Amino acid sequence: MDCEGAIRRIYEYLDGELTPWKRAAIARHLDDCPPCAQGFDFEIELRQVIAFKCRDEVPPELRRRIAVVLGYELPPDEEPVI
Amino acid sequence: MADQAEFAELAMPYMSALYSAALRMTRNPADAEDLVQETYLRAYRGFGGFKEGTNLKAWLYKILTNTFINTYRARKRRPEQVELDDVEDFYLFRRLGGLEAADAARSPEVEVLESIPDEVVKSALEDLPEQFRMAVLLADIEGFSYKEIAEIMDVPIGTVMSRLHRGRKQLQKRLWNLAEERGLVPRAPTAAGS
Repeated sequence: MDCEGAIRRIYEYLDGELTPWKRAAIARHLDDCPPCAQGFDFEIELRQVIAFKCRDEVPPELRRRIAVVLGYELPPDEEPVI
Repeated sequence: MADQAEFAELAMPYMSALYSAALRMTRNPADAEDLVQETYLRAYRGFGGFKEGTNLKAWLYKILTNTFINTYRARKRRPEQVELDDVEDFYLFRRLGGLEAADAARSPEVEVLESIPDEVVKSALEDLPEQFRMAVLLADIEGFSYKEIAEIMDVPIGTVMSRLHRGRKQLQKRLWNLAEERGLVPRAPTAAGS
């Protein structure tokens, strides 16, 4: 496995979508190739940062509207302050 | 109707994730709220058909996605069919300092990344064409597998993989451009990278 081969499969590797054999081949390359390992690590960090920064609070009014539509009683700690 | 009484208990905890996804899809808080409400209503009505033991989260996202496509995309004449330009490997990593500097416990690249305001990251994702945006959202933010995304978006797994590949790279480029525009990173005099 060379750099090109590892990078071509980077997303399948990071997504956990490779067979164990292919996964091990990439892992071996990363052990031997610090530049690739750093690039892969960065992609992992990037994904975590994106996921963390793309969270939004549900407006309490929406929570209330949906509870009403479903005839569901909000638990006390979810009861929005109006 | 025992099923449907159970529905709220099971489905309510996903509201925050569904709302965030709806915001990225519609790019508009009022539409996102309507989309989430409609999703819950449809899911509630259809809960009888939900197979216990299967993935409730994926099922809710499928309803969210279908509702989005049927309701919001219907306003457009046809879905976007966009090709994205090629973006080099490790695009963002190379621009954020690159291969020489990364030896500290906390790399400077990651520091810069974390300093980017939430709004910039959201904008970068929302700027992606719809089909790529949806795939990236489902994989990177919601953590669905290729198979689950293929089922949610009703496309073959190969299509999911190619959308993810191109969408993620484009997202890096967009993030970099936005960070440059906002003065969060120094403007490169020429094309950076090695």
